[in-house]
Amino acid sequence: MMKSDIELTNQIDAYLRGELTDSEIADFEKKRVEDPAFDIKVVEQQNLVLHLTDYADRMKLSSEMNAIHETLDIYDLKNQVAPEAPLIRRMWKKYRINTAIAATVALIAVSGTLLSTGYFSKTISTNVSLLRREINSIKKSQNALIKNINDKPNKGPVNPGQFGGTGFALSSNGYVVTNYHVVQGADSLYVQNSEGEAFKAKMIYIDPTYDLAVLQITDPAFKDLDILPYTFKKTVSDVGEDVFTIGFPRDDQVFGKGYLSSKNGYAGDTVAYQVSIPVNPGNSGGPLLDNRGNIIGIINGKQTQVDGAAFAIKSTYILKSIEAIPQDSLDEKLIISKRNSLSGLSRKDQFKKLEPFVYMVKVY
Amino acid sequence: MKKEIKSSGPADSEIILGILNDSKEILNRLYVTYFPMVLQLVLNNSGNEDDAKDVFQESVIVLYNKVKSGNFELNSKLKTFIYSVSRRLWLKRLNAQSKTLRNIEDFSEFIPVEDDLERHEEKDRQFRVMELALNQLGEPCKTIIEDYYLQSKSMQEICEKFGYTNADNAKTQKYKCLQRLKKLFFQA
Repeated sequence: MMKSDIELTNQIDAYLRGELTDSEIADFEKKRVEDPAFDIKVVEQQNLVLHLTDYADRMKLSSEMNAIHETLDIYDLKNQVAPEAPLIRRMWKKYRINTAIAATVALIAVSGTLLSTGYFSKTISTNVSLLRREINSIKKSQNALIKNINDKPNKGPVNPGQFGGTGFALSSNGYVVTNYHVVQGADSLYVQNSEGEAFKAKMIYIDPTYDLAVLQITDPAFKDLDILPYTFKKTVSDVGEDVFTIGFPRDDQVFGKGYLSSKNGYAGDTVAYQVSIPVNPGNSGGPLLDNRGNIIGIINGKQTQVDGAAFAIKSTYILKSIEAIPQDSLDEKLIISKRNSLSGLSRKDQFKKLEPFVYMVKVY
Repeated sequence: MKKEIKSSGPADSEIILGILNDSKEILNRLYVTYFPMVLQLVLNNSGNEDDAKDVFQESVIVLYNKVKSGNFELNSKLKTFIYSVSRRLWLKRLNAQSKTLRNIEDFSEFIPVEDDLERHEEKDRQFRVMELALNQLGEPCKTIIEDYYLQSKSMQEICEKFGYTNADNAKTQKYKCLQRLKKLFFQA
């Protein structure tokens, strides 16, 4: 019985694969007509093979589509088709030209005055501005305006103001590095990721000499990150090297690209590099990375009267600071990643991988 | 309706022919041409890019099955068909997540595709059953079945690959495997 069953199955296979001779096919068809049980067997087997090939075809189609999907620039596509921005942004879009013209007129007027009074020649020593961002500045200037109208005595701001900068993960368990000047005098600290989730953090170490601060996310809602994609460069980088940064000059992450323009920072400061890169208030504390995705520094300031001259504390000082933290004072071990998974990736893929590790630091 | 994304893709007839010939090139052009449209639809109706990917790929599967089964008539534009299927699939998904849209924001015209989706659902169900059956089948059966029925390898090759001493043993093994698969698939 078993033996004949095997033979029958093989015969059906041969029939379905077209391996039978003409006379064999004739016999086969005849048997199907004469023996309904056999016919059912054939149909069943044929069906099963059909479902099997359907399955395989779909698997193949899916894997081919996934391969194509990988080649798409989703970021770019998203920008093209993303939903309309909310009202405020739409108004900004609409009126930004007016705003720009107004700002330009103001700028010309102010710089004209400053130039004629010889202001620029006197202020060389205060030429570096730190890039923390005053989040409430717009609101405060409005408030000030209202106060003037009401003509009440100016008692100074009651709210100490909110400031913002950038920070990035030192380890996946919630340690974040930023600039000291960003968190200086903070009552409370929050870090906010690219998804807009904010976590409470505390300062665990400061190093005012190198303008560095290490924070720890203490929020119970925080879940450990994936393994960090970047490493910290232990040597000095070369002048001319392409670099990029990610920061929060506004409420979204902004990518900036440039090159290392000098081995030393402002007025020969050996702690920092000079970088030719567009940065704005809020970029302070952002990572500076080279092409291979090594952290080579942390953005901390820019020269006010020179276009594109920014400064970044060298990564070696970040490492020094971390070493200086007494490990036994920490709740959780702070282990620096030694694996780099960014090298060889395109810039946009590097950005995508970095996104979850760069935070906006909010200071209250 | 908001701005439509301009698409200067391949002609519909070219795509249909490409699908019938399993052309990778056509699949690529189809994907590149129409994915942005579905991305736009999903992003603007409370989905993300991964949702768009899933929905679009499923729509392409629907299209392929329809074309290959020979009942694709070019009485609507291919673009409209893909848009309509994606739209339907996305609304269903939102519904399943008990998220309802007050009103869907549309970016293209669309046609009723209920029949196509019903057929697809049945096919999809069979696909899942087969997937499960193959996973439960275990080795060496899974490989033998795939080699013989999908790769169209000869019994001789399978015999050598698995080190069976003679072709009869291999045939017996294949028979047993097929019986098991039959049982797993039809009785699921």
